[in-house]
Amino acid sequence: MSQTAIAQADWGGGASPFGVTWQKMMMWFFIVTDALLFAGLLVSYGVVRIATGDWPTQSEVFSLTYIATMTFVLITSSATMACGVKAAELGRPKTAAKFVWLTILGGFIFLGMQAFEWSVFIGDGGGITGNPWGSPTFSQFFFIITGFHGFHVLTGVIVLLVVAVRAAMGRYSPAGVENAGLYWHFVDLVWVFVFALFYLV
Amino acid sequence: MEHEKQGFVSRYIFSFDHKMIGKQYFTLAMSMGFIGGILAVLIRLQLGFPSQPFPFLENLFPVGMASGIMTPEFYVSLFTMHGTIMVFFLLSLLPVSGFGNFLIPLQIGARDMAFPFLNMLSFWTVVPGAIIIIISFFVEGGAAASGWTAYPPLSAIRSAIPGSDLGQTLWLVGMIFFVASFTMGGLNFVVTILNLRTKGLRMMRMPLTTWAQFIVGILGLLSFPALAAGALLLTFDRSLGTSFFLPAGIFIGDTLMPHEGGTPLLWQHLFWFLGHPEVYIIMLPAMGFTSDILATFCRRPIFGYRSMVYAIWAIGTLSFLVWGHHMFVSGMSPFLGSLFVVTTLAIAIPSAVKAFNWLFTIARAKIHFTSASLFGLGVVSLFVTGGLTGIFLGTNATDIQLHDTYFVVGHFHFIMAGAGLFGAFGAVYYWYPKMFGRMLSERLGKIHFWITFVAYYAVFFPMHYLGVSGMMRRIYDPNVYEYLQPLQPVNLFITISAFVLFAGQLLFIYNYFVSMRRGAPATANPWNSAGLEWSTPAYPGHGNWEGEIPPAHRWPYDYSEPGKKRDFTPQWEA
Repeated sequence: MSQTAIAQADWGGGASPFGVTWQKMMMWFFIVTDALLFAGLLVSYGVVRIATGDWPTQSEVFSLTYIATMTFVLITSSATMACGVKAAELGRPKTAAKFVWLTILGGFIFLGMQAFEWSVFIGDGGGITGNPWGSPTFSQFFFIITGFHGFHVLTGVIVLLVVAVRAAMGRYSPAGVENAGLYWHFVDLVWVFVFALFYLV
Repeated sequence: MEHEKQGFVSRYIFSFDHKMIGKQYFTLAMSMGFIGGILAVLIRLQLGFPSQPFPFLENLFPVGMASGIMTPEFYVSLFTMHGTIMVFFLLSLLPVSGFGNFLIPLQIGARDMAFPFLNMLSFWTVVPGAIIIIISFFVEGGAAASGWTAYPPLSAIRSAIPGSDLGQTLWLVGMIFFVASFTMGGLNFVVTILNLRTKGLRMMRMPLTTWAQFIVGILGLLSFPALAAGALLLTFDRSLGTSFFLPAGIFIGDTLMPHEGGTPLLWQHLFWFLGHPEVYIIMLPAMGFTSDILATFCRRPIFGYRSMVYAIWAIGTLSFLVWGHHMFVSGMSPFLGSLFVVTTLAIAIPSAVKAFNWLFTIARAKIHFTSASLFGLGVVSLFVTGGLTGIFLGTNATDIQLHDTYFVVGHFHFIMAGAGLFGAFGAVYYWYPKMFGRMLSERLGKIHFWITFVAYYAVFFPMHYLGVSGMMRRIYDPNVYEYLQPLQPVNLFITISAFVLFAGQLLFIYNYFVSMRRGAPATANPWNSAGLEWSTPAYPGHGNWEGEIPPAHRWPYDYSEPGKKRDFTPQWEA
């Protein structure tokens, strides 16, 4: 049997569980496992921070207004993404593509702001082996947690670029936009946890 | 239905067919298991004949066995890599990735996995991982030497011991490949089982093997991220000079390390949060195979199907709450320790449910003694033996005495390694006709079973006595302690038994590869099994069923129904 025939073969199981396609279900499970990866890093940060003691006061190191602005940008991009998904569902590819491009713009602004934040942090003396404010693990966790999140945002931007380009070529499916959107919302949600647990607490 | 012409590469190498991918995993896992077995033989060589010269081995390992005598550094690398290879590259790849891929679509009535490309990718992600792990033996300093658990600071400081250098880096890289592959596989398993079942195959009609693979998929997705996070942090510690796992004041020789602020206990928590579910990732498929095999060859419905399913769920859930029992001597609060004792011993309940259900399935049955059913019975035996010793290790009061002794080595080789391995052997003997369209030699199979079974007990049972007598788990030469010298005859006995055990496996490898060509041709359903996978042709092509996929009218365990002519009713018959 040929590969295409197998891919198109119907299955006879009746209604699928939870009423979703396997693609969407797979994205949900991937999000769960990826969320646990972030959980592992954040829990490690918590354990080390409690064990260390001399943790700097974050508001003296970072400009929290600036971080809050970054958060605002990212959450706004989630809103535009949601609009894009809805437009795709309603069968308006042009509107959907417009909102996806807006989301990509939000992602790029966030990444740019993060790059600037890193350069200021490094300029003030924050390094991978130590920093002037307290325990060396403070700057180490800063780099690994925000860096890993930034890497996820970058991945999300690339995925959205693929979606946008495919939409421009007319090869577009509402389900694809929705799955990309799920991932994007997840990346934003993780940032809320990073913001709350690393910058605020 | 005509077969599309396929070239060698798309058929045997970059195949999308779940059955071929499963068989690729078999080949990889068996090769890795063979290497892991050789490492075990070398370990036993040292313990049976401590520091005696074996000049011929110098040709193979010029550094580790200089003038034929094993160096302590080489010994440490050996048990580290033996553990890593066996746990991850044999016992996870063979029953889970191998049989999971091969069996899930057949047992649930699907043409293939949900995402065949991802499936192919997951295999070709683990291959470089395996190669990197093997290569690490031949780099400067030798392979990783911090144990399969890779505890820092030994694993985190490059200058700690020779194996902490490049070998440990390659170990981490190999593991990252493995985790990536296993995650892709797990996503495919869970989604396929939930969404691609054939008509009528409700969840509570699935074979217990598929149930086990489903829970294993979930366990993998939930536990491996913890190892991935730990491996990421450890890589940073090693290569960029961070101190996530390293506190202040570590000396290597006379050099004070510049690290401060971290804690090595963090790694233990992250590792064992994966590590304990991992042993159930190994065990649960073996339990599933055993249930299917025992039902078929006892010609009895599996006893307590529902309770079996609930027990798998319970074991899977509890496995996330017990990781602390690996850390009783790490200085944790005794109150926290007591909590982990309670959760650990609670696992005995669903485990006992499974053991008793197997016994009730066997009880007063006319068992057909085939190689597969013998290995299935072997699983029950090893599982009970290993389970009983687990109670001593799961209780912190006795564990503090037994921790890091050979008692632990004996225990986990019975319950996790042994039961997992016997389950996989049983599964190969049972499903081989579907894999290659030919039968394995039953005669060789039975000889293989009896050698393996007897030698397995001879190797690992005496280890409990060694452990109680105080022999340390990772000791290079026990004879340096006077109180361990009288135990040398026991060690020699274990070593000889281990050679027999290893030689017995050569029979299996011979049988496996020769029967592919020369075995008797198999019929579509040679064991008169009731499971859906046996409704496929004797050697199913890509797509599994020639015509329409048969619906499932019943569960897969309808054996010996009273008042019926045949002693089984297949799942696909109304």
